[in-house]
Amino acid sequence: MKVASVKHSSVDGLGLMLGRPAYTADLMAKNSLIVKVLRSPHAFAKIVSIDTSNAQQMTGVECILTAKDFKRFAYTRAGQGYPEPSPHDKFVFDEYVRYVGDEVCAVACVDEATALEALKAIKVEYQVLEPVLDFEAAINHSSIIHPEPEIHEMFPIGFEPKKNIAASYQMHVGDVEKTLTSSDVVVDEVFYTHAQAHSMMEPHSVNTRLDYMNRLVMYSSTQTPFHVRRILSQVLTFPLSKIRVIKPRVGGGFGGKQAIHGEIICSAVTLITKKPATLTYTRKEVFESSYSRHPMRLSIKLGATKEGVLKAIDCHILSDTGAYGEHALTVFMVAGSKVLPLYNKVDSVRFHGEVVYTNHTPAGAFRGYGAIQGNFALESAIDILCKKLDVDPIEFRMKNMIKEGETSPIFSIMGEGTEGTAMNMDTCKLPFCVQKGKELIDWTKTYPNKSVSQDIKEGVGMAIAMQGSGIPYIDMGAATIKLNDDGFFNLLVGATEIGQGSDTVLSQIAAEALETDLSNVIVYSSDSDLTPFDPGAYASSTTYVSGNAVYLAALSMKKRLITEAALALRCEEELIRYDGIGFTNTNTNEQITLKQLSNRLFYNHDQKQLMITESYVGHKSPPPFMAGFVRVQVDTSTGEVRVVDYVSVVDCGTTINPMLARGQVEGAIIQGIGMTLYEEATYSSQGRLHQNDFLSYHIPTRKELPHLTTVFADSYEESGPYGAKSVGEIGIDTPPAAIANAIYNACGIRLTTLPFTPEKVLQAIHSLKEKLR
Amino acid sequence: MKVELYLNQKKQVFDVLPGEYLLDTLRRYDILSVKRGCEQTSCGVCSVLLDSDMIPSCSVLTVRLQGRHITTVEGIEEEATKIAFYFGQEGADQCGFCNPAMALAVYSLKRKNPHATDQEIKEYLVGNLCRCTGYQSQHLAIKRYLEDPS
Repeated sequence: MKVASVKHSSVDGLGLMLGRPAYTADLMAKNSLIVKVLRSPHAFAKIVSIDTSNAQQMTGVECILTAKDFKRFAYTRAGQGYPEPSPHDKFVFDEYVRYVGDEVCAVACVDEATALEALKAIKVEYQVLEPVLDFEAAINHSSIIHPEPEIHEMFPIGFEPKKNIAASYQMHVGDVEKTLTSSDVVVDEVFYTHAQAHSMMEPHSVNTRLDYMNRLVMYSSTQTPFHVRRILSQVLTFPLSKIRVIKPRVGGGFGGKQAIHGEIICSAVTLITKKPATLTYTRKEVFESSYSRHPMRLSIKLGATKEGVLKAIDCHILSDTGAYGEHALTVFMVAGSKVLPLYNKVDSVRFHGEVVYTNHTPAGAFRGYGAIQGNFALESAIDILCKKLDVDPIEFRMKNMIKEGETSPIFSIMGEGTEGTAMNMDTCKLPFCVQKGKELIDWTKTYPNKSVSQDIKEGVGMAIAMQGSGIPYIDMGAATIKLNDDGFFNLLVGATEIGQGSDTVLSQIAAEALETDLSNVIVYSSDSDLTPFDPGAYASSTTYVSGNAVYLAALSMKKRLITEAALALRCEEELIRYDGIGFTNTNTNEQITLKQLSNRLFYNHDQKQLMITESYVGHKSPPPFMAGFVRVQVDTSTGEVRVVDYVSVVDCGTTINPMLARGQVEGAIIQGIGMTLYEEATYSSQGRLHQNDFLSYHIPTRKELPHLTTVFADSYEESGPYGAKSVGEIGIDTPPAAIANAIYNACGIRLTTLPFTPEKVLQAIHSLKEKLR
Repeated sequence: MKVELYLNQKKQVFDVLPGEYLLDTLRRYDILSVKRGCEQTSCGVCSVLLDSDMIPSCSVLTVRLQGRHITTVEGIEEEATKIAFYFGQEGADQCGFCNPAMALAVYSLKRKNPHATDQEIKEYLVGNLCRCTGYQSQHLAIKRYLEDPS
């Protein structure tokens, strides 16, 4: 391969570094109205009245929107395919507010200062209700968070709002109780994960205007422009054909921009006032009023024989979806479906639980999407089991984990809120990943620990993980390739570049298939008027699903070019040889370059525009796999945990761009380390999120940067474009369990509640000392 | 009110509101490389050079800058192109939102401390947050730029 699987600088890096206007806020109309949202100060309240009369009279206030301005319509902001597996439980504005930061009403003003004054001038009378702030006490709580009659599920997801249950699920293979009873060794542990915040650098932003055709044109920092268009049309009863959604460059998403955020309110302002409008979240709004990762309680039981064969996994999860059920069921299911198959040789498995409403900031899609929570519990529990069995955790995994050519019944049972898709692991290089990682972290020399000083203990730990590559039989991606005069191509994709490098990677796939240079492929992505459909950047789908569409479109284009070359060179197509630069009639050695052929097609003979669209929907979701190995130092006097080295060995099939693939893994590892050690989300007794800025919410800085080693296994997934699987999410899954295991190995404390703050570490060290005394 | 300052070496008069921060002034005047990330001086994407020091432009009132020199990435395009080259070589550019301010910070580091150690690089850039890359690729790119004699 010449272009795919080769390191290429990203196609957009230079222009972005030079600060060229590219992001949503850079592209708003000059005289846009500034939209601001009045947000609830209460975790749970009924709105008795809203008095906007003072604000209405202020100079510069153009529009005030309350529930009265919208048809009452229950929808979900989740930003998924249709029908969504998330409950339709949200109204643009409602008579209830369900978390601190929930939307009450909105103003649109000539400038920001006026908008902020107008918000202050609006008087809202609330009837404060008792909030549900403990997710373990949510089911059958006396407060019902969603009493409204219009809300509904689109298909059965176990939706029971009267009990504060947004979704529930249960599955089993075999008789898990029986297997556990007959197991020689059983582990029974409970783990807690917290509400990590995405913390992308660009806040959520949207702007809208009416164009000269009287259509609504929107720029949005979204991961799902086509879903945004559909949902907007449904909620505002505005024709889909009159909406154009453009996703310009997006400054990071990580799942946080999969959902609808300001798009509906901003559009309504423009439709009512006929004026351009813009809404950009403040950083506080990004923290409090977008959404975060689902906190979970994971209760897990493992059963094994004394010879170290894993026989049973029993997992119950209680998940906190906050005030609205965005991704409630699907994140919960991924905690099973992309975790449990790791150990496919068990006799029985059970996975069940509930996703509950609380009066917290909603939870939603976030890189890892349940797999990181499930992985933390399972991979910690495996190490606990190994300790009980007195077997080496690496040997145990090598013996029990899934391998190439194998399958798991989980794949066909659990899918995206529905049944799944059976598949064999055509590529699974986990044994290599584990062996290589063990070697690179220098496991044998350290395991389980070594003393650095009297206080500082060093330990190593590891975990294995899997993810998916798109949602089979549901999500379809499409690509269009257009030939231009002078012989270069436009690649038009719905796929959503948000910083992960998809514009570059998809261009590489097209260039490879067209046998041309990367500079000959001009990519343009995500514009609902101009590009074909794509579900968007989620579910680790872009390289695999959209990449396959690009591959097919490029092959079709090449075929068409050969047909045209045969016409030009007056021979059978079979006689044409194409070398990326031109075509040769192998009978006569007559030649025509691609440049000449395209100019001929535009200006001279057989004139036509060549433009080809192909689409792809997955028939399976081949999982990428990885082994994560970590070396930590625990300061037993301060409780500080420092990650020294992190080794990632990843099987993502072919890396279309090895450098960008490494970037995906490294970025995800640091986010995972952040979630494990530094990033904490806590609530006041009134339900206010304590951390709503970068001073209180500590994402890793470059000072906490450990040494990262990332290696890719030699792997070729036949069903993927040039052998590729996905790589966007897999990197985030291992840090919580690997670090927990390393801390245990370093100093004997087993931490089961994320994040591992110095306080928790010290407390555990003291408890251990007490116990040993 | 009117404030006269040197933006990228060019004297320019800005019409500003009394309480207006430099970030808002610059963006209002279409200097869009200066990004809005947190408005609380804690993310670094709005940083500019004030004379020779990096400052978050969300923290300074424009009226206080009469006669001062402000540099944005538009003013160091040649150096930023070199920095972008090394970032591209290491795969260190992802979403790009932090990159214009990062380029300024790296440029300023090279002028102040061309032989910065690993630790000094990290210290100098600690206020430039990045959520995408995990920093290591950026660190390698920055080192290569510092070593570039041109």
